[in-house]
Amino acid sequence: MMTDETVIHVDRLTKKFGDFIATNAISFDVVQGEIFGFLGANGAGKTTAMRMLCGLSIPSSGKATVAGFDVYKETEHIKQNIGYMSQKFSLYEDLTVKENIRFYAGIYGMSRSAIKEKMKVLLEQLELSAEENSLVKSLPLGWKQKLAFSVAILHEPRIVFLDEPTGGVDPVTRREFWNLIYEAAAKGITVFVTTHYMDEAEYCDRVSIMVDGVIEALDTPANLKKTYNASSMDEVFLQLARGAKRAAD
Amino acid sequence: MNAITVDHIVKTYGSKKQVLTALDDISFEVKKGELFGIIGPDGAGKTSLFRILTTLLLAEGGTATVDGYDVVKDYKQIRKSVGYMPGKFSLYQDLSVEENLEFFATIFNTSIDQNYDLIKDIYVQIEPFKKRRAGKLSGGMKQKLALCCALIHKPSVLFLDEPTTGVDAVSRKEFWDMLKDLKKQGITILVSTPYMDEAAMCDRVALIQSGKIMSIETPENIVKEFEGELWAVRSADMYRLLNDLKQYKYTESCNSFGEYHHLLLTKNQGGKEGVLKYLNELSHKNILLEHTAPNIEDRFMQLMKNT
Repeated sequence: MMTDETVIHVDRLTKKFGDFIATNAISFDVVQGEIFGFLGANGAGKTTAMRMLCGLSIPSSGKATVAGFDVYKETEHIKQNIGYMSQKFSLYEDLTVKENIRFYAGIYGMSRSAIKEKMKVLLEQLELSAEENSLVKSLPLGWKQKLAFSVAILHEPRIVFLDEPTGGVDPVTRREFWNLIYEAAAKGITVFVTTHYMDEAEYCDRVSIMVDGVIEALDTPANLKKTYNASSMDEVFLQLARGAKRAAD
Repeated sequence: MNAITVDHIVKTYGSKKQVLTALDDISFEVKKGELFGIIGPDGAGKTSLFRILTTLLLAEGGTATVDGYDVVKDYKQIRKSVGYMPGKFSLYQDLSVEENLEFFATIFNTSIDQNYDLIKDIYVQIEPFKKRRAGKLSGGMKQKLALCCALIHKPSVLFLDEPTTGVDAVSRKEFWDMLKDLKKQGITILVSTPYMDEAAMCDRVALIQSGKIMSIETPENIVKEFEGELWAVRSADMYRLLNDLKQYKYTESCNSFGEYHHLLLTKNQGGKEGVLKYLNELSHKNILLEHTAPNIEDRFMQLMKNT
């Protein structure tokens, strides 16, 4: 459920690496329960911006709060209140399903009894009970991605950051994954997601498109298509990203 | 003559206790000068297939030839005549752009000048950075350098394993334009991708899932093979709409496709009126329901379900 409460507030946030301005005075707000699509070409500055919002990189200037915590001074609080998942890194392949759940839940400081309870619900929900003692590397990719997402929100964070969660996944699993995203958002978890699949941009409540370190466009998919006189988000993206001057990363 | 023939290839991994079949009796042929796509998700067996054809991996069963040479007996010939760009960046990170290119030219007993025509259009884009170490290049530039290195000995067949994975929509389009130019020069190209929309850029594609080829066709014919009438549906609440449509008694399948859901009814029972009546009863607002042409993902999912 979307509410009016702002959970991410970004005001002229900037990150410089020497002379290079990776993220140039970006500003936006994200509300609770919103599915916020964060798009941009390779090298546009998405990863830098995401790292600052996750408390992993201190900004050069500007202001931002995530779940009410300051990105300069309260990075540890931010980390406790967010979940994170990417296609490149999610679960430990050499641990079993159960061990992975226990490990992540433990890191987020959940009690043993809470972990036990959550574990049971989660395994049933994902229909993974029969595989609880299997090594994660033996699971099909689709199951891994769904498990990784569930683990990222196990501690009921305010916000979950998803960095290209569906890359390389088959079309059926990709859609099942988005169902999990909808369910999480319905529970009030804010979803901040990047993707290279433009049809997935349509599933977001609002979409921002970064070009050369700045946010070039930010609106609902319907309004963006209207503004850019485009029939699909793919066209909107191409119109904006084609103007990029910066070499892709 | 065919540039590539694959005949009942089987590849498994793992021990006797837990066998993973990466390629399950795969057969297909690629004609000379064809741009042939292997389309499928991660774990479908794409990389195993590429490694077998480039003589880096032995199959357990079946035979395959590249350029008329057998992948086992004549592996030395194949290595001389093909170009291979692996999914993972595999150039020398500590050598400069220029040095990498020179290195690959030298080991194939040729020079950059000799085949410059072939790479010119791509190389000029990275030439301003020719003194830069490969490890310090951006992703897009690395990709272009890797393609130049795979082309420098003028290969007869070019193998590109997921060249566009993790690449943004604009760069992906640019990359496919480069491939079309190479095709004009007569090079046979075998390319793999998990992005279904890229199938449209190929002459023919093989759809692969769990080590099996589900279909081999031209992109136009693959969508023509879709069985049934497909409807595009939307309403004010798309998530509820999806769940409700999945519950509908005549629904064969229903999947999200951007701003619409694609709905297939069992033998089109109830038709448009039936669906509208059902959705009105559930008080959906702003319903739009119209015929739509299936795309490659529709067909891929249908095949996944049927196999």
